[in-house]
Amino acid sequence: MIYLELFTEFVKVGLFCVGGGYASMPLIQAQVVDIHHWLSMSEFVNIFTISQMTPGPIGINASTFAGMKIAGISGAIAATAGFVTPSLIIGIILARLFLKYGDIGIVKGALNGLRPAVIALICAAGISFIVLALWNTEGIPNKLLAFDFSGLIILTISIIAVKKNIGVILVLIGSGILGLFMGIGETMFFH
Amino acid sequence: MITKKFANKKPDLHFYWQLFKSTFLISAFTVGGGYVIIPLLKAKYVDEYGWLDDKETLSLVAVSQSMPGVVAVNASIILGYRMAGIKGTLTALLATVLPPLVTLSIIAYFYNFFAANRYIQYILKGMQCGATALIVNVAINMIKKEIEKKLLIPLLILTGTFIAALFFNINIMYLVFIDGLIGLFFLRAKKYN
Repeated sequence: MIYLELFTEFVKVGLFCVGGGYASMPLIQAQVVDIHHWLSMSEFVNIFTISQMTPGPIGINASTFAGMKIAGISGAIAATAGFVTPSLIIGIILARLFLKYGDIGIVKGALNGLRPAVIALICAAGISFIVLALWNTEGIPNKLLAFDFSGLIILTISIIAVKKNIGVILVLIGSGILGLFMGIGETMFFH
Repeated sequence: MITKKFANKKPDLHFYWQLFKSTFLISAFTVGGGYVIIPLLKAKYVDEYGWLDDKETLSLVAVSQSMPGVVAVNASIILGYRMAGIKGTLTALLATVLPPLVTLSIIAYFYNFFAANRYIQYILKGMQCGATALIVNVAINMIKKEIEKKLLIPLLILTGTFIAALFFNINIMYLVFIDGLIGLFFLRAKKYN
């Protein structure tokens, strides 16, 4: 039964995927390419690219797409359901514990320590996002002056839009449309 | 995730619809990884619905990041449970999983077109810049608030974690674990809550 198998294999992926969507990639690769030979490596690379490109959580995108390639829509549902099952169980247990014991000093203390940590991680992510938007690279750019001009313009306009409080989703849609026009303009005038 | 503000409120259909709609939108617009959900969570649950405050949002993200799975899914599971128990969890989870299921089913059929199309690349590049603006804005506001509090240990945690994550690429799991321990031992006084 391929669906049941997909489900159980993705339960394993979901259980050991710690630290965000990217962490799920090597695990999915191990399951669908190396162990079960459901997909070839080049098919898997496609899944990776598409999951990054499409909006939505990367881990869910990848599970859905892999399941889809292996066994159609029902496969997609089986893989995704498997992937979220560990989170579902652990999440409910944690939420119960926090509602019950959240007022206890130790738990409050731990959460007080985690809050500045998350702010730090948001700042670090912000900087890598800026690098990616302006230089199209991950890590430190080697040519500081060779930045992406249209990226700079879209980023500036988006920041102004954010400051004007036009709404988070409108900013995302607007920046997408702006990106389309900038890209078309650039190819018309510079190529 | 500590206040029980809403625990007594009986969730009605309108509430489930709000929960479904908001988690659906957040999932559909998470462009480029987990951190993008922070501005989205803030806009929906803090500013629009008033279900959480800034502090709870950060706790929610911290816990979502330290458990297995994807941040957006974990956050919606915990939030759903906190607001309306198991039913809330299932509502939020379904809404989070649906957008990728629909988009990727469509894209799987048009894969070649999608991957090679220049115009789609332009749109995605633009959205990535938009997501950057959102994250930078949230980061700046949060740092400002944290500095205004003038508490030494949280500021040290912030600086240390920032440097460790950005320059030394230390695994986030370890950082979260260490910062949780520091908090557990040194941040139990009332002024830190």
